[in-house]
Amino acid sequence: MRQIPRWADVVLVPLISLLLAAICATAVILAIGQDPWEAIVTMVTGALGSAYGWGYTLYYTTSFIFTGLAVTMAFHAGLFNIGGEGQAQLGGLGIALVLLYIPWPHWTVALLAAIVASAAFGAVWAAIPGWLQARRGSHIVITTIMFNYIAYALIVWMLVDVLRPPGQAEPATARFAVGIPALSDIPGLNLIFSDAVPANISLFLALIACVGVWALLWRTPLGYEIRAFGKSEAAARYAGIRPVRTVMIAMALSGALAGMMSINNVMGESGRLLQNSSEGAGFIGIAVALMGRNHPFGVVLSALLFGFLYQGGAELGLWTQIPIDLRVVVQGLVILFTGALDHMVRMMLGLVFAPRKVA
Amino acid sequence: MDYATLLQILDSTIRLAVPLLLACLAGLWSERAGVFDIGLEGKMLVAAFASGAVAYITGSAWAGLAAGIGAALVWAVLHGIASITFRGNQLISGVALNFLASGMTVLVAQAAFSQGGRTPALSSSGRFNEVTLPFADAVREVPVIGPLYADVISGHSLLVYLAVLAVPATWWVLLRTRFGLRLRAVGENPAAVDTAGVSVTRLRFAAVLIAGVLCGIAGTYLATALQAGFGREMTAGRGYIALAALIFAKWRPWGALWATLLFGFFQAIALRPDVVPIPVAALEALPYVLTVLVLAGFVGKAIPPRAGGEPYVKER
Repeated sequence: MRQIPRWADVVLVPLISLLLAAICATAVILAIGQDPWEAIVTMVTGALGSAYGWGYTLYYTTSFIFTGLAVTMAFHAGLFNIGGEGQAQLGGLGIALVLLYIPWPHWTVALLAAIVASAAFGAVWAAIPGWLQARRGSHIVITTIMFNYIAYALIVWMLVDVLRPPGQAEPATARFAVGIPALSDIPGLNLIFSDAVPANISLFLALIACVGVWALLWRTPLGYEIRAFGKSEAAARYAGIRPVRTVMIAMALSGALAGMMSINNVMGESGRLLQNSSEGAGFIGIAVALMGRNHPFGVVLSALLFGFLYQGGAELGLWTQIPIDLRVVVQGLVILFTGALDHMVRMMLGLVFAPRKVA
Repeated sequence: MDYATLLQILDSTIRLAVPLLLACLAGLWSERAGVFDIGLEGKMLVAAFASGAVAYITGSAWAGLAAGIGAALVWAVLHGIASITFRGNQLISGVALNFLASGMTVLVAQAAFSQGGRTPALSSSGRFNEVTLPFADAVREVPVIGPLYADVISGHSLLVYLAVLAVPATWWVLLRTRFGLRLRAVGENPAAVDTAGVSVTRLRFAAVLIAGVLCGIAGTYLATALQAGFGREMTAGRGYIALAALIFAKWRPWGALWATLLFGFFQAIALRPDVVPIPVAALEALPYVLTVLVLAGFVGKAIPPRAGGEPYVKER
């Protein structure tokens, strides 16, 4: 394959992939007999046109930053973590347990406890497949998929038989006594977000996590080991990097990030643990990471894009004949073009950047 | 548990195992040729929708079957283009196609029928109805074996028997023909097959297309035999259970039959909490837990085809 300049690889490839996905999405909208222009206008005004819309967009963005970082973290170690969904739900379970059974004096302390609990639960749920891969040679993709389903069954059982308050029909925990401030509760920001919005201070936590992941991967020996291991397992082994330790740490960190997503939705938005709390955000993390080229700062941008897409998609479902499921289609298209058909785009660009023949 | 209850459970075991079996065989074909297929779920889903929609419009179950297979083949071709032609990541391609299926089916169903992403209920002619095997009524009175034959073995839709026949057919083609030998070789050592002058690309595409046909039948079975019409997300994770069963079966055709019957049995008893006093959640998690144990080599070692997941690069 021909070499293409680095700037084209970093900027042009994702943009072209995105453009191809957008073209396909437009074709889909036309095919079901709807107006693409109307769809775009509805999405933009719904997701970005008001403080309320922004509140939701940023709320989704927060979740997607966490799950996108989780996928990114594992990717750098050469691992494809499809288990973000289960890890996030387990993180939610951790939060529910510490918030329901311990009376916290103030939300700041409770938040610290929730961070530790969600990260720990998510980390354990990811470290088991990590260990199974490193020690027993079972494929991480299959085991993380299986762990998603096991997590789902576990949460259903916990909510129906263990954590459900007596007399409540719905499978959910009781409301937590403490929560975290929404963006609309913060002095200064409350001038912008005048209504109650679901976006909350975990957005800042997500941004901190992002810088943390970047620093870890590119500024520490551990990060170097993880990336070296991901590039070539054999070379890393030869260089004395311990494979089991590296896989376990990368997966645990990945799971911890996915688990911490639940601070946003479980502690921040719903204030209790519900069934299927992660609502697919674990899977969207795959698209977010691919779109963000597995770089933490790219992840923030693509999480914002998916946040927009999610809130905009919800508005489509409300105000037009286009079902809300369009966002799932777009998600699939983005994963297809940025992830699986990556080489195709590069080959196309390779032709454009081909060195001119000297006559 | 009395005998009649047992027969009922075995009957629903077969009903529930059939889509798993077809998807599992699909995965077997694809993975034996070295192409991982996470997208079984998506292919079944598009097939279920296409068959449900076409069977409703035409009133013909056979037209539904053709549409179901056609739709699954489109997805199979997309997977082939992404992961064989353009050497993309097979796992990512599968994940993408699953999302695409999940969204597209609801979108198109809503646009076409406006029933909340469902197709209207199929009439009798649009469904694959139950067939009675020969002598079923005659032997019903024979103790023990009679009811077993009449109620469990007989009385399923045609697609059920087709699925069971697909097992020996797969075994024979894969393990007793030259095509099968080459196909398996492509999954183990594609370079060797290439050196022998056989096209790796063509063999892998063939495997992916066979997988598409089998997923198409599986999806059609869901929409036109097990139920009367398509409902959103009606595959309900069966594609992933089929992958689990494939590992359980250690990528072997007869193993696939037993593994999917076992998983079908779990699903069947999960539907009867009155008979088996195990929490439903535990039963639902059981196939996945077992698969993890098998994968980890605690219960027999499952070794996947060696070249699985790796695109073949000719020039090197």
